Amino acid sequence: MAKKKNIEEPVRKAGLFEYAPAPESPAAAGDIATSYGHFIGGEFVDSSGSEALKTVNPATEQVLAEFAQGTDEDVDRAVAAARKAFADWSSLPGSERAKYLFRIARIIQERSRELAVLESMDNGKPIRETRDFDIPTVAAWFFYYAGWADKLDYAGFGANPRPLGVAGQVIPWNFPLMMLAWKIAPALATGNTVVLKPAETTPLTALRFAEICRQAGLPKGVVNIVTGDGRTGAALTAHPDVNKVAFTGSTPVGRAIARQLAGSRKKLSLELGGKAANIVFDDAPIDQAVEGIVNGIFFNQGHVCCAGSRLLVQESVQDEVLDALKRRMATLRVGDPLDKNTDIGAINSAAQLARITELTEAGEAEGAERWSPECELPGTGFWFKPTLFTGVSQAHRIAQEEIFGPVLSVLTFRTPDEAVAKANNTPYGLSAGIWTEKGSRILWMANRLKAGVVWANTFNKFDPTSPFGGYKESGYGREGGRHGLEAYLDV
Amino acid sequence: MSDVVSRLDVLKTYKLYVGGKFPRSESGRVYEVTDSNGEWLANAPLGTRKDTRDAVLAARAAVKGWAGTTAYNRGQVLYRVAEMLQGRREQFAVEVSLSEGIGPKKAAALVDAAIDRWVWYAGWTDKVAQIAGGANPVAGPYFNLSTPEPTGVVGIVAPQAGYGHSLLGLVSVIAPAIATGNTVVVAAAADAPLPALSLGEVLATSDVPGGVVNIISGRTEDIAPTLASHQDVNALDLTGAIAADGPGAAPALEAAAADTLKRVVRPELDPFAQDWTNVPGTDRLLSFLETKTVWHPMGI
Repeated sequence: MAKKKNIEEPVRKAGLFEYAPAPESPAAAGDIATSYGHFIGGEFVDSSGSEALKTVNPATEQVLAEFAQGTDEDVDRAVAAARKAFADWSSLPGSERAKYLFRIARIIQERSRELAVLESMDNGKPIRETRDFDIPTVAAWFFYYAGWADKLDYAGFGANPRPLGVAGQVIPWNFPLMMLAWKIAPALATGNTVVLKPAETTPLTALRFAEICRQAGLPKGVVNIVTGDGRTGAALTAHPDVNKVAFTGSTPVGRAIARQLAGSRKKLSLELGGKAANIVFDDAPIDQAVEGIVNGIFFNQGHVCCAGSRLLVQESVQDEVLDALKRRMATLRVGDPLDKNTDIGAINSAAQLARITELTEAGEAEGAERWSPECELPGTGFWFKPTLFTGVSQAHRIAQEEIFGPVLSVLTFRTPDEAVAKANNTPYGLSAGIWTEKGSRILWMANRLKAGVVWANTFNKFDPTSPFGGYKESGYGREGGRHGLEAYLDV
Repeated sequence: MSDVVSRLDVLKTYKLYVGGKFPRSESGRVYEVTDSNGEWLANAPLGTRKDTRDAVLAARAAVKGWAGTTAYNRGQVLYRVAEMLQGRREQFAVEVSLSEGIGPKKAAALVDAAIDRWVWYAGWTDKVAQIAGGANPVAGPYFNLSTPEPTGVVGIVAPQAGYGHSLLGLVSVIAPAIATGNTVVVAAAADAPLPALSLGEVLATSDVPGGVVNIISGRTEDIAPTLASHQDVNALDLTGAIAADGPGAAPALEAAAADTLKRVVRPELDPFAQDWTNVPGTDRLLSFLETKTVWHPMGI
């Protein structure tokens, strides 16, 4: 084994070793129409209502397009189209359904640059992430579930498991196209038809996906996209002819949907909030842990339900970890999402920025100490510096509430038992991280953490073969893998 | 004939089963349990909301130990329940026969089926992780494993009516929940609680740790809503709740459970038509499991 070396990293000063800007061209996003209707029954159609919403580029505050606020009537039409398509789609041999999904996966790969740029503009996330993570993951999800379509008898739910019918799906704005893929791919593979409502701040890639469905020759009505805000979502989840509801978003909204569906026969799966503990022991590989901490909370501006938003560091290495973390945070580049060098893009909306600001102010008011690296933020758009809070106690709001932004709360512990107790001390239970070189301790900890995903010596890893979902108030059901099929089958 | 006075039976005082003990209801109240002809059989404790909350506390306290027990050991304990139930087969046959108004032969067959059900689930404890979990072949230098884990405390509305509900139905909802390491609080069949209360005595002598199973008799409309809204109950099995609307019926209970995002098992459309003699399958076993996926990098 090589001897561990302690080399002092040079602190990167602003201006020294600067990268030249490497911007992607917005033109690569393809044509963005000035206004969009819904995608129903294989056609782009106008809304029955006149209300339109605007989607803005959060980095520039420029309006990208107008889109329709889906009415109850629009939802009705979309559900009817999905219902009509269900009979043929569900009776198609699985091997044929698979081919449609493989086609979609391939077209996504072909059009990946266009989708990456469009996603980056609509959401504000850095192009580096859409290009290297979001869109490849989207394609992978369709490839994975494509292969299940003709193998459902072997999925472990008994022979000949049946689809549920029409799935109503409501997805969030943090990974617009990836959440679409997580929902639509397993639904179609199992023979359901879908009506999907994208988030009101990020509808554009879902509408572009509708075009991909057309290119793939997907039968009309199998996938329907209805845009709008929470009112449209509520109309969809309440619709009497929807057999299955899948929701990813906040815990309060998930709770409301669970209440709304009580007593109905609709199957429900929920992926809700989180407040993950990222636990660093004194024997952890510190440099790797720091990378994992940074990735855990600053990936996607911290707009991640499984973000490692609570750092639990063992007291004996607190100073060492925090020094290294601050050094690393000072190198993060905040700015133009379309610049390939950018690490942290724009906050998705003014409303989200206000929420993050409010919670961080509460953190200071409650006595935690705030730190951010020096960095200049652009004059327009919605931005938030990567932020670190030390001196955080378990009762602080910033240790209990999901912030959904680039804000890390640091707590300390002395013993593994204390780490477990603190890690589990929230109503959430989505994910957790463990950093230690000791395998037995990883397994001991993983057993005790109430979380659906535990990353040991890594963080924020996803794969279509792997189930993802939460304990406690982080929701129920799993997405991904064989387990993800269950949500769309009558079992 | 002689003038010997015929022997007077010793009547049984039925009690709740909470935390491994047999408390009377904190209310001190009882209600009359009758057979299908309306003849008095016994007084059952009228379990209250407070009794239910006490039972949830006991169930929560038992989670750590029971969930932490090896699956092999849990299987042994479940099998031991079958052994103990077998020993009291005749007593249960009488109670089931009187409770449900069925003949002694049918009642004995139902008791046998209930014994066999414990054996069936005893064999599942150390296999369920293999069918519900596994290794995921991720694309990258990582391995990850998915394993099922118990949800925690499960509130159960036991079957309230239908053929075989009072013991076989009851065992069919309790055994799968505890086989996977959960602990339970059960609202027994309100009109036929005697087999349930006697089952508590069997469990108490079967190496099942106190608090793993808690059985409350009384008004379902008191017990079930308490379970549904309780902050420390993780899942709700509404098998015995009425699917239609009405106070204490499944929709209202499910709505109350939404506040804490409990996992909910809904009743069948006609819960009274459920045939408990069918082979159970794995549905109930899997209903109260979470899936945990643990990732680790691979490399040198």
